[in-house]
Formats: sequence, C-alpha cells, structure tokens
Amino acid sequence: MKIIVTIKQVPETGNVKMDPVTGTMKRDGVESIVNPLDLYAVEEAIRLKNEFGGEIIAITMGPPKADRALREVISMGCDSGILLSNKSFAGADTWSTSYVLAQAIKKLGEYDLILCGERATDGDTGQVGPGIATWLDITFTTYVSGVKEVKENSLVIERMVETGYEILEIENPSLLTVIKEINYPRLPSLRGKQKARKLDIPVWGPEEIDVENKNLGLKGSPTRVVRISKPKVSRNGELFVCKNDQDIENAVGKMFEFLESKEII
Amino acid sequence: MSYKNVWTLSEQEQGKLKEVSFELLKRGRALADKRKVELVAIVLGHNLDKDDLQKLIYFGADKVLVVDAPELEYFLTDPYVNVVTKLIENHKPEILIASATTTGRTVAPAVAIKVNTGLTADCTGLDIDDEGHLIQTRPAIGGNILATIKTPIHRPQMASVRPHSNQPLDIDKSRTGEIVYEEIDKELLKSRIKRIEFHENEEETGNIQDAEVIIAGGKGCKTEEKFKMIKEIATLMHGAVGGSREAVDLGWISYPHQIGLSGQTVSPHFYLVAGVSGAVQHLAGIKTAENIVAINNDSEAQIFQVADFGIQGDLNDILPVIINKLKERKEGK
Ligand SMILES: Cc1cc2nc3c(=O)[nH]c(=O)nc-3n(C[C@H](O)[C@H](O)[C@H](O)COP(=O)(O)OP(=O)(O)OC[C@H]3O[C@@H](n4cnc5c(N)ncnc54)[C@H](O)[C@@H]3O)c2cc1C
Ligand SMILES: Nc1ncnc2c1ncn2[C@@H]1O[C@H](COP(=O)(O)O)[C@@H](O)[C@H]1O
Repeated sequence: MKIIVTIKQVPETGNVKMDPVTGTMKRDGVESIVNPLDLYAVEEAIRLKNEFGGEIIAITMGPPKADRALREVISMGCDSGILLSNKSFAGADTWSTSYVLAQAIKKLGEYDLILCGERATDGDTGQVGPGIATWLDITFTTYVSGVKEVKENSLVIERMVETGYEILEIENPSLLTVIKEINYPRLPSLRGKQKARKLDIPVWGPEEIDVENKNLGLKGSPTRVVRISKPKVSRNGELFVCKNDQDIENAVGKMFEFLESKEII
Repeated sequence: MSYKNVWTLSEQEQGKLKEVSFELLKRGRALADKRKVELVAIVLGHNLDKDDLQKLIYFGADKVLVVDAPELEYFLTDPYVNVVTKLIENHKPEILIASATTTGRTVAPAVAIKVNTGLTADCTGLDIDDEGHLIQTRPAIGGNILATIKTPIHRPQMASVRPHSNQPLDIDKSRTGEIVYEEIDKELLKSRIKRIEFHENEEETGNIQDAEVIIAGGKGCKTEEKFKMIKEIATLMHGAVGGSREAVDLGWISYPHQIGLSGQTVSPHFYLVAGVSGAVQHLAGIKTAENIVAINNDSEAQIFQVADFGIQGDLNDILPVIINKLKERKEGK
C-alpha cells in the first residue's frame, strides 16, 4: 500500500500553563509540536504498512522549521517526508491549504490511501482533509475509529458518529480522517531517530508543484479574519451559599432560571 | 442570477428530522430577517416524515427544499456532497448554515471546495454587517482568541454552528410556506462508499469532545455510588459525563472522559461540575465552555472563579434536588 499522511506543526496549546491570577495562557516558551491528532494517522499508516507492506510519505505545509515535524514522524516509522514551504503559501485558509496539499499529492503519482488527523489543535476546523479529497476528486470519510479489513480495491472501516458506529466499505483510493479511538501512537525509536536525522527532506514551492498563483496564501483564500478579540476569562459568577434545605431549593431554582435564560433547557 | 436567500442544512435519521434542524432555523431566521430574504430549509433523505417537513415551516422556514431518494436514506459522503452541491448550483443561496455534527462537518467542507467558497467552522456568533456580509465569530487557538471572519467575495457564505448551542424558536402553527421536492440526476446519487452495518451506542455516556452538555464530577463525590448522580443528571440532560483526574484514577469513569491538561479539552455550551476543586490542570480543559455551573462545599474552591453560577454546599444534598427538578420538568412536558 502506498499511504500519504498529512501532518501539521502546531503550537503546543494542549499543554498550556495557565496564569491562575488572570486566567490567561502563558505564551512564552510555547513549543511547536506535531498536531497531536495527526499522530493517530501516522500510527495507523505504520500499522497498515507493517501488515501489508508498502510505503508511507508524510507531507506538511508550513514554515521552514516544520521539517522538524516531518523528522519526528519519520522517526516513528514514515519512510519519507515532503515540506511545502514558500512565502506565497502563507496566510492560507483551509480552502487554499487543501488546494496546495492536493496539488502536491498529485505530483506523487498513484496512491492507495491518504490519512489525516481529525483536526488541527490550532486551526481546529477539520476541513483540510475533506478539502484535499474534494480537490483530488477521491472519495473520503471522517471520524474513522478503525480499519477493519483491507480488501483488493477497498477498505472496510468503522466510523464513529453521535449515536454509534457505522461500518462502511470505501473504494480505493480514499482519504480518511481518523480519531483518537483508532490506536495508541508509538514513540519514535532510536533507529528511527537516526534515520530521520540523516534523511533529506525536499522542500517544494510553487515552482515544484502545478499551482495557480491566484489560489495561494492569504490572497487566494475566500475567508478573511477581520478582527481578533479576547474571550472573557474571569466570569464573575454569582455564588449561592447553602446552609439549609431552603437555601438549596432557592439556589437550584435560580440555577434553573439561569439554564433557561441561556437556552440550555 | 445573483445569490439570494439563507439556507439551513437539515439532518435526518430514518426519515425523522433531528433536533439540530430546528435549532439551525433560529439562526437562519435572524439572518434572513436582517437580509429581508427567504429562509429555506434543505432536507436530504428517503421516506421523509411529512409532518416533520411541515414542522420546519412552523419553526421558521419559508420554504422547504427536499431531495428524496433511496440512496439518501443514510448519510454517505458522495451522494450527499453531490446533491447539496447541485442544489447550490441550481438555486444560488447567499448564505448556507450547516451544523457542526459528524454529518455537517463532512458535507460542508467538501461542498465548499466544489462550489468554490469559504467555510467557517464552529461559529459561536453569526450576524449581518452594514454591507450585508455575513459576520462569523469563532474561537481559535485552543479558545485563547475569538476571530471574526468574513467571506467578502465568494458565494455562498458558508458557516457551521455547533449543535445545542441554541434552542429552536417557539413553534408557530400559523406560519405558512411551501414544501418543494426536487428531482436529482441519478448519476449524482452514485457512491464510492457504502454502508454495511450500524451499531448503536448502548450506554448513553456519550463522547465528551463533541458534547454540548457535560456533567462532571470529582473526588468530592467520595464514592462510585455517589458519582452515579452525575451520570443520572447527564442522562436527564442528554449530556455526556466528565471527570477530574481524581475521579478517573479512582475508577468512577473511564479515561476518555477525563477533562483537563492530560485528558480532553472540551467546549460545551453547558458544563456542570460538582466536587471538583478546580486545579489549573482541570481548568485548562474547560476554558472554552460557554456556561459553567459549579457545586462545591468549599467557598474558596478555585472552580468558583471560572463559574458563571456557583452553589456552595454539600453535593449530596444539592444533586438530588437537581435530579428531581429535571424529572419533574420531563414529566410536565
Ligand atoms: C501534569 C499534571 C496533569 C494533570 N492533568 C489533569 C487533568 O487532565 N485533569 C484533571 O482533572 N486533573 C489533572 N491533574 C490533577 C490536578 O492537579 C488535580 O489533582 C485534580 O484535578 C483534582 O481533582 P478533584 O478536583 O476531583 O479532587 P480534589 O482536588 O481533591 O477536589 C475535590 C473537591 O471536592 C470538594 N468536595 C468534597 N466533598 C464535597 C461535598 N460533599 N460536596 C461538595 N463538594 C465537595 C472539595 O472541597 C474539593 O474542592 C494533573 C496534574 C498534573 C501534575
Ligand atoms: N498545513 C498543513 N499541512 C499538512 N496537513 C495539514 C495542514 N493543515 C491541516 N492538515 C491536515 O488536516 C487535518 C485537519 O486540519 P484542520 O482542518 O486545520 O483542522 C490535520 O489533522 C492534518 O492532517
């Protein structure tokens, strides 16, 4: 099987230190990591390769230092990495990001499967995977919690939805976005780390892939961020002190009024 | 033909419309009124319940546009994406709102690429600006900022909103509107993906990451037996169960339900938390929760600092009162 995994380098927001006084995130020393949810896609690719043979190519679009993210997943077991990096890609929304990734994947020739994380912890949209599949005109699905069977021309997969699990059969080539339930990502091995250190990682820009300039970066993005604001942090909520049953009755009554006012019940 | 009208993408299961379909209409109605255009509810499915379709009108739609075909009985990526794309090409809506469910989050991003437009996920606020553009507000970077986003040129302007982030409008049976069935080329119903089976969840504890209502407990519950009150409230409120690390370590609830730094980050519309002290590691996981109610017997507990509504007292006395009230409401309705 030839498998392509798309990974993203993100700031380590999952591990934020909170300032207990202001309730804000301490930003200094925030490191870049591989989007934690992409590690599940990487792990699933490695499992499939170990069982059925083939190769795994990891691909990312990001700043030059994002090659570190590629080296990390190579040290886990991916065979090679490609970095899409160029000033003209900067500021891309999910539309433009998925376009560039799809155009790069086209250059890689035939493949059986593309695996993506469910969502990136920074952008947090989950739109890039479905976007890539649509640009490539291959079928796809999301929230995949298990690959049950690998057939000649298709995969049988399990997909987690609100009310349960779907079992689906999907034709090759396809794109799947995977969720945490699918596996436990392995740690990089020593051998893998050595390999990753030495491996040459090609950097592709608009010259190397077939892209239209008008679709790139901020300029090519249909959406625009027009304002950034801070969500309220300290909530200054009311506190109801309960010393007896009457207090409780009263506080709970007020709580239900609050729930109604917020359209919760 | 220029782009006009506001659309909502309804969702159904076995021919019955899901609650989110009605929730979306409230958002859509406000936008349509501001733009002085029609609100159209889109429905894809098979053997759709006629009364349910009529209800879309009672709950705010001016028109219901239905595609009914056996291939649309269950959600499958290919036919759903193709049909929604075709409807947009045929009718050119100015705004399309989907819900951020597993279905909406799958259809909408693919359709956005097909019709060549932008999509803003998980909007907490939607409004119309002076120039008539859709203003979309969403949390970003782990909830550390709120971004306001526009789609200045491309149409339709597409956004998703999270389920249960608002209630539907009140039902109004005097409202009138038309229900239109649209024929679709069979070619568009072909699918490279098929459904083999479905296994329904047995336990109603739910996935906390997508949950809009989470009821969580901590060490203050003292025993597994008492922690069951948390689970009962979650069931009554159709929410998911969460726990602090202490609650997970004590085995009252499994690890996927742990909330915080080394567990899940959640952003429900409502978070009820009892017997949790509010250590920074726990708070790290709930920063984006919209409405927090905390119950703790210690007035100094940190959890009260992030609560919108705090009740200081013994959870053993308070939770049963909440449970009773919820049950009464259920029976009364
Ligand atoms: C690296 C690291 C990662 C961590 N990750 C997480 C994480 O992901 N999630 C997490 O939750 N924690 C995490 N922790 C642990 C965290 O620091 C706290 O220890 C934990 O959150 C405490 O859980 P608790 O609030 O249930 O228990 P406690 O701190 O013991 O609090 C119990 C609370 O219940 C109240 N109480 C007691 N009896 C009653 C009663 N009858 N009625 C009402 N209230 C009552 C008490 O006043 C107290 O406030 C992490 C810690 C570290 C070091
Ligand atoms: N810049 C990128 N480079 C490579 N893959 C990406 C990039 N952005 C997103 N992805 C992939 O798309 C998934 C969803 O990301 P997002 O839509 O940004 O939430 C991620 O888990 C990655 O697998």
